[in-house]
Amino acid sequence: MRRQLDDERGAILVVVLAGLLVLTSVVLTAQGSPAMPWVALFFGGFIAVGEVVRISMPGAREAAPLGAAAALAYALLGNLGTYATQHTAWDAVTLTALATLVGALPHIAVGRAPRLDELARRLLTVAFAAAIFRPVWDSGQFKVPRDNWKLALFMVLVAGLAALLDAVLAAVVRADRDRAPYGAALRGELRAVLGLGSAIAATGVLIALAAQILGLWALPIFAIPLLLVQFSFRRYATIRETYRQTIRALSRVTEVAGYTETGHSGRVSQLCVAVGKELGMSEQDLQDLEYASLMHDLGQLSLTDPIPGGATVMATHDDQVAIAKLGSGVIRQTGVLDRVADIVERQADPYRRPHEAADLTLPLASRIIKAANAYDDLVGDSRESSRRLEAIERLRLSMAYDFDPVVVQTLARVTEHAAAHAL
Amino acid sequence: MSSLPRAASAYIVSLAVVALGILILRVPAHVPVAPVLLLSALFVLFESVFVFVGAFGMSLSYTITLASILIVGPWGAAIVGGSAFLTLGRHPLHRRAFNAAQFALAAYCAGFTYELLGGAPARLRIDDFPGILGPIAAANLAFLLVNSLLLTGILVLAEGAPPRPVLAETLIKHSPSYVAYGVFGLVLAVLWVGLAIGPLAALLLLLPLFVARWAISQYSQEQQAYEATIRTLVQAVETKDSYTRGHSERVSRASVMIARVIGMREDRLSALRYAGILHDVGKLGVPTKVLQKSGKLTDDEFASIKLHPLRGMEMLGDIEFLDEAFKGILHHHERLDGLGYPMGLKGAQIPEFARVIAVADAFDSMTSTRSYRNARTVEAAIEEIKRCRGSQFDPIMVDALVKALAKEPWTGSVGVEAPRILASNTPESYDHDDPSFASETRLAGS
Repeated sequence: MRRQLDDERGAILVVVLAGLLVLTSVVLTAQGSPAMPWVALFFGGFIAVGEVVRISMPGAREAAPLGAAAALAYALLGNLGTYATQHTAWDAVTLTALATLVGALPHIAVGRAPRLDELARRLLTVAFAAAIFRPVWDSGQFKVPRDNWKLALFMVLVAGLAALLDAVLAAVVRADRDRAPYGAALRGELRAVLGLGSAIAATGVLIALAAQILGLWALPIFAIPLLLVQFSFRRYATIRETYRQTIRALSRVTEVAGYTETGHSGRVSQLCVAVGKELGMSEQDLQDLEYASLMHDLGQLSLTDPIPGGATVMATHDDQVAIAKLGSGVIRQTGVLDRVADIVERQADPYRRPHEAADLTLPLASRIIKAANAYDDLVGDSRESSRRLEAIERLRLSMAYDFDPVVVQTLARVTEHAAAHAL
Repeated sequence: MSSLPRAASAYIVSLAVVALGILILRVPAHVPVAPVLLLSALFVLFESVFVFVGAFGMSLSYTITLASILIVGPWGAAIVGGSAFLTLGRHPLHRRAFNAAQFALAAYCAGFTYELLGGAPARLRIDDFPGILGPIAAANLAFLLVNSLLLTGILVLAEGAPPRPVLAETLIKHSPSYVAYGVFGLVLAVLWVGLAIGPLAALLLLLPLFVARWAISQYSQEQQAYEATIRTLVQAVETKDSYTRGHSERVSRASVMIARVIGMREDRLSALRYAGILHDVGKLGVPTKVLQKSGKLTDDEFASIKLHPLRGMEMLGDIEFLDEAFKGILHHHERLDGLGYPMGLKGAQIPEFARVIAVADAFDSMTSTRSYRNARTVEAAIEEIKRCRGSQFDPIMVDALVKALAKEPWTGSVGVEAPRILASNTPESYDHDDPSFASETRLAGS
């Protein structure tokens, strides 16, 4: 499913805003030289290096913690030793933009250009913090070191608000890109802020405060714990990616053995995740759904005779339930995938039995897998719209009992969207 | 204190008495109440949320302790250390008492050392650097020594551990952490004294460290989950034919034993371990009928078996970190004389991983019970492998296996477990890893 313009509306908005901001800022600051140029250069160096060593984070995010913290620190910089700094908010914006660009050059050179919306967000966040803090500092309200407590609390407040803005902007981008409801996207981004975001904000404030005593030494000293944070998150992201790749590889077991159609589990998984995102599932639930959908056919390994074409939708209901149970038993044995096992176990259960109310204990993930599995069994990797529409029609006809109507509606939207953009 | 030996209890009590004695008898003229209280509160907070690293716990509270030495002097630092008694959570009384006493004593000794060498608590200024680094380093060292000694003492008395190795291990393992935390403690002290926003600075400094800890613990959880998942899924896959359960696991273990003897690097060893676990995953691509067939195979059937290393590659190709392990999986049925499969590589052309796994694979096959024959003894299996040394197997790996087995006895499984579910279990199935079978079929099918 290729990305198209309407999916990227949020990202475009953010990038355009940031672009306008940078242009304005460059025009305004070009007319004079910055106060304390060597200080600006030093901070700029750290911002650039931070961009060079940027990391990938779990959840398809990217971050440059060191760069972000250095930029924030420059925006919040009060006294450097005994000198009161005098750079303006526009200075901070220009410096961040230039230094980040410099840091991005090595990546661009090897073909790994940073995501524009991520850069834009960082710029807007720094601009926000600087726009609030610097005028207040310049007005001379804080007399250090007497007012250090007030200054520190004010810095923490500004940094906190900036982090919130970052989460809001990230949610705007993600809601459009993933076609997810805005509330769910915001919740996800706020959770991410609690981790890396808070570490960045804390380091930025600390550098700005400690510069009173440690001068420019504050930057390298407090960069160390942040680099440790960066390193730890990178390892975490790597092992999660490896885990995903391994589950994906092992899920092809049934295909290699000839039990299921080639690419079936991959397609089902993609569909499930897309539907789950549109329904606003949390990141943890989405991951469980992804794993469960990849491994949903594991129970078929136990069959002596493969079902023709691996299409479980053709098998009897009792067989389907038995296969689901076998698969979930294997998954449960790992000892760490209990939630996934629960989802797989109930994937064959109908949404409603005749003359009964809907089964609300049936996990949403199971309902999604049931529908997506049936869809792919009917359509496979065919691109013909007639087959797609027929499959949706068939799901709708059984909608009253087998499938959750909301899931089927969402599945219809997702497949239509994918078909429209595949052409 | 019910489960503790008398000597250990007496030890703890005497430590507590000494600590209390110092606190009562050495009260300074001017007690900095507010900083001591604040630092103690921070200490309790960080001590309560520490994360276990290995057998000994290390926590960020040491940063607070060293900062205390520099901010409020030896007596104040002893109070701060002693507040370990109030750690939140359920801890037995003797552990609380021991921790409080030993932290108090260690902190007092460190603070004493600092003052002895010219340090002046609560008067830390940027101009004091770099001269002040000497006394600070000495204080750091003093804390490390006293802490390690007292800790060794309790372990010797409570668990009967040998004193010298424990002491050495504590010192060596934790010195780097102590240096790192010490540096942060120093920075915290400078900020506390110079900026007058002490507790806030502490929280800001330690927040990133906490986040890093969280990420590390998530990493290790994920790592364990990864292990468990691979193991289980491979086991599930093994039930498809009538192999004994755990073959892949044992091949992995034997491969690692061989690799340690030939001195393979740790990170390659880890990839080899996974190569061992996953080496036969490709067998799933072989029709069940063929895997379970009794007697000799036709050319076609043998050809389909020969494809299983390639099938394994097809499935695992996307897992980036496996890298070198791929070659081990693809070529684990090659023979030194070039008569192996799938590519008929000869001698040194065969990747190292593959040569290791080949030996381990054959060894486990022979020492496991099959439905058509009992397990051979380890000695008999070694004899058989030695017979093929140089022709099928790499001599270095064979010798390494012999050496490894001499040091560590082999505890393989000997029972056949019937597959868990519907697939039928035909007796007299062919085991393609068994070298003697291999030579027979070669004559028949070549």
